[in-house]
Amino acid sequence: MTAPAPQTQNFATGHIADPDHGQIVFTAAGCASCHAAPDATEADKLTLAGGHEFVSPFGTFYAPNISPGPQGIGGWSLDQFAHAVTQGVSPQGQHYYPAFPYGSYVHMSPTDVSDLFAYMKTLPVADQPNTPHDIGFPFNIRRSLGLWKQLYMPDSFVLTGDLTPEEARGRYLVEALAHCAECHTPRTPLGGLDRAAWLSGAPNPSGKGRIPNITTGALEWSDSDLIYYFESGLTPDYDSVGGSMAAVVTNLAALPAGDRAAIAAYLKAVPAIP
Amino acid sequence: MNIFSRKTIVLGICAGVIATASWADSHSAEKLNPAVAARHAQMQMIGYNIGILGAVAKGEMEYDAAMVASAAANLQALAKLDGATLWVAGTEQGATAGSRAKPEIWSDSAGFAAKFDDLAMASAALIGAADAAAVGAGMGDLGGTCKACHESYRGPKN
Repeated sequence: MTAPAPQTQNFATGHIADPDHGQIVFTAAGCASCHAAPDATEADKLTLAGGHEFVSPFGTFYAPNISPGPQGIGGWSLDQFAHAVTQGVSPQGQHYYPAFPYGSYVHMSPTDVSDLFAYMKTLPVADQPNTPHDIGFPFNIRRSLGLWKQLYMPDSFVLTGDLTPEEARGRYLVEALAHCAECHTPRTPLGGLDRAAWLSGAPNPSGKGRIPNITTGALEWSDSDLIYYFESGLTPDYDSVGGSMAAVVTNLAALPAGDRAAIAAYLKAVPAIP
Repeated sequence: MNIFSRKTIVLGICAGVIATASWADSHSAEKLNPAVAARHAQMQMIGYNIGILGAVAKGEMEYDAAMVASAAANLQALAKLDGATLWVAGTEQGATAGSRAKPEIWSDSAGFAAKFDDLAMASAALIGAADAAAVGAGMGDLGGTCKACHESYRGPKN
């Protein structure tokens, strides 16, 4: 029951991978924000050497090298890549820790996964070896993550019902690619997302302060305020974005304008939580 | 940080005086280190002028060539304030109340100064912006300079 599910076969069959579209998926998914070297700037951010440190109540995780070389995903097949990204299972058949947001990427469309893989194969190779996670008992037993997945791997989107095409695109961006809920939704004691409190804010796992509530129960920004913030990083008070969100805005600003509007439309449609 | 004109200095001082007064007004309970208070005033003035450009870009305020040019010129002047009296050693976050200045401001002072140069350049590019669309086009760069500097040199809230 806790063993990883068997590997997907023939993922996205018949789709001709488009690395250009893969770049948009890569940007929206924020891969480089965690997998680039911690001190990387500008163009170096596309060298996915890993090493970024994530402190959590369960221990410290280190982002792995996912560059297309021997230390990274160089020898992987598309099926292996898809299994890793959307199910959190390594090519060696081990569960990944959910610091890797596969609980969001599970919603990624097969063609997007295929395009993303094609794009990532065009990126520079890094030789940086991986740093082992520093996790204490019992969380260091990876098999136990099978139970975690049974509890917390979502089988549907949170926002359901009739959506406009724009809201649906926003839902895909927020709930799947950009994995906004990973920080903006509070977690249960076992580290799963509390879907009943979707996007209503949470303690900042990596430091002081709180990640804000971005439902209409607390967020009073207009659509144009939101879109403008995603584009320029400026709040309605003309303060600028800070903390981890700065890297997120850098990515959002690089997306097509319609995607920023879609995210705003989705946020206005999510249930308000005070 | 820069050589600048008498007009810039006067403008900068006026800006500082006005903003410090209003900041002091709203935060009368706290007694901030004067250099920290002056920096807040500088940031408030920057925010005020960016606000004018942002409102034009967002369509909340009608395009007005004189206002746009003034806001952009003010930003350029504010970016060129000489930092020696503002970024006084020993006023980093944790060392004095209300400060979110990271120690890197002092350990990497050249990098920090370059961020203000970036702001001055992005502001100068907006001085001749001929319509709301042109303002909008320049705002991405301008906002980017705020973000880049805050990312590297501003500490977390609380």
